[in-house]
Amino acid sequence: MVPIAAYLILAAILFCIGIAAFLIKRNVISIFMSIELMLNAVNLTFVAFAHMWHQVSGQIFVFFVMVVAAAEAAVGLAIIIALFRSRQTLNVDQVNLMKN
Amino acid sequence: MSTNLVTLLPELVLTITGVIVMLAEPLIAPGRSRKPLGWVAIFGTLVAAIMINGQRQFTNIHGAVQGFYGTLQVDTFSVFFHFLIAAIVIVTLLGSLDYFEGPTTHAGEYFALICFGATGMMLMTSSVELLMVFIGLEISSISTYILAGFRKGQATASESSLKYFLLGSFATAFFLYGIALCFGATGSTSIAAIAQGFATTQMPLMAWLALAMVIIGLGFKVSAAPFHVWTPDVYQGAPAPVVGLMSTAPKAAAFAVLLRFLFNAAPMFRDHWITLIQILAVLSMCLGNLGALRQRDVKRMLAYSSIAHAGYILVAYAAFPQEAVAAVCFYTASYAAMNVGAFLVITQLTGFNESARTLDDYTGMALRRPVLSALLGLFLLSQIGIPFTGGFFGKFYVFTAAIHSGYTTLAIIGLANSGIACFYYLRLLAALYTRPVTEPPTEAAPAQAFSPAIGVALAATAIATLMLGIFPNQVLHLAQRATPINMPPAAMVSVPPAP
Repeated sequence: MVPIAAYLILAAILFCIGIAAFLIKRNVISIFMSIELMLNAVNLTFVAFAHMWHQVSGQIFVFFVMVVAAAEAAVGLAIIIALFRSRQTLNVDQVNLMKN
Repeated sequence: MSTNLVTLLPELVLTITGVIVMLAEPLIAPGRSRKPLGWVAIFGTLVAAIMINGQRQFTNIHGAVQGFYGTLQVDTFSVFFHFLIAAIVIVTLLGSLDYFEGPTTHAGEYFALICFGATGMMLMTSSVELLMVFIGLEISSISTYILAGFRKGQATASESSLKYFLLGSFATAFFLYGIALCFGATGSTSIAAIAQGFATTQMPLMAWLALAMVIIGLGFKVSAAPFHVWTPDVYQGAPAPVVGLMSTAPKAAAFAVLLRFLFNAAPMFRDHWITLIQILAVLSMCLGNLGALRQRDVKRMLAYSSIAHAGYILVAYAAFPQEAVAAVCFYTASYAAMNVGAFLVITQLTGFNESARTLDDYTGMALRRPVLSALLGLFLLSQIGIPFTGGFFGKFYVFTAAIHSGYTTLAIIGLANSGIACFYYLRLLAALYTRPVTEPPTEAAPAQAFSPAIGVALAATAIATLMLGIFPNQVLHLAQRATPINMPPAAMVSVPPAP
């Protein structure tokens, strides 16, 4: 039987990879994927804790996170398409019209 | 059943209004004015305000009530923020009725999104269950992501929207991880149960980490430094009326969540979170004001000023538990009045295409648009904190609250920052009343008179700013009564067995 701590450490590592990728990656889609990775790390944490406390509410929370992440993806991809149409690029370093 | 309905009525009305506006939008022929939809949205928000008043009377008689198995709670605290958000939304809707005339054909979606966003913000202030807080936060965030990029034709709009979306989602992930760790430390996501769990937790390290994550997540949403990097770009690129809305209403909601969470769920970790909040407050005030000094773009300057205002509000959190809630409530209300007002004036001065952007464009504005410039002057003076304006009493209560709780250094740093802030507000004010050296190139922009709706909106914000400065007692009384009550968790939340 895998101990709870293993799941929590895995989730923490995934979350940190997500943060690192968010900061390092220059492609908008990759950045967006790293956010999804962070959300999934949270989901894993919730499921592990739900098992630890024998509370189903943690698992219900995961469903809500998934639903909201889907809604966010719909809006986010639409925004990315709008950006690509006006700028013909997905590189965040070139999305800097507003720096002084 | 009946208490369930009472706790959700304003949100229900706003959702139905939003859906009606959304469904009616495609029925109006392209090219026709979308103004009637705007009026529907305003009417819906007014009905929601009446419902909030009903909630107020209900809580006066019955005290705080919970609904939906203890996820929503109506108390004086939620009623105060509901009123504030409804007022901001009505004024913003009135101010942007004419904004979308002509250039876009889908303005109806704009009105609907504002209604949905307001629903989310209201949910945030009345929920006592972190799942509900999260859903409210996301409803309001997703609506504002779209609103920020509403001028699709403008190159800056999609950039602003994208930055808001990426950093907003990043912050949401932190907030969620914080909730997950709270759940791990206590076995519940209900604020009252978390308070019980935190008091007896075997895992204090996890509880502190959870607190820090939640504060980081909400710190992004209220644009407190060092989580403020998105604010200037987003505010510069977003439409002016939307900036007025999103710099006040979602922030008020996030501050309300932070109050409820820190004061009700984690009072025993006060020493830990107060240090964190103090760091955020000092950084926000200093970086916001110093950043604003360097800006030539007016919207960008006001973005930095809003970071500084977030810092002032965070100062009040240090005054826990005595006067903090009243000071935060009063400051958010006065900040809302003056900031929404300032961005309404900018909407009217610059129009859809933003004919005036930098300080140079604003030079001599008072000669061309005397009334609007005078109003902008009033709002700027209020942001400085000149007596007889709402900004003065806001700062006064925040700093006295901090001093009464023994945080004199924090109050002194705040006062010094208010002094620095004078410089850039007065620079804009002076520019308004300076005769330009050369005739401005933006002569072509016609100085049209503004419509009655905008007149009402501007008058409302100006009167609110002055009233809060001259007769603050009424709002202060409401703010003092607004306490986030920590009711015992509902019966269904049983104490979980030890792992």
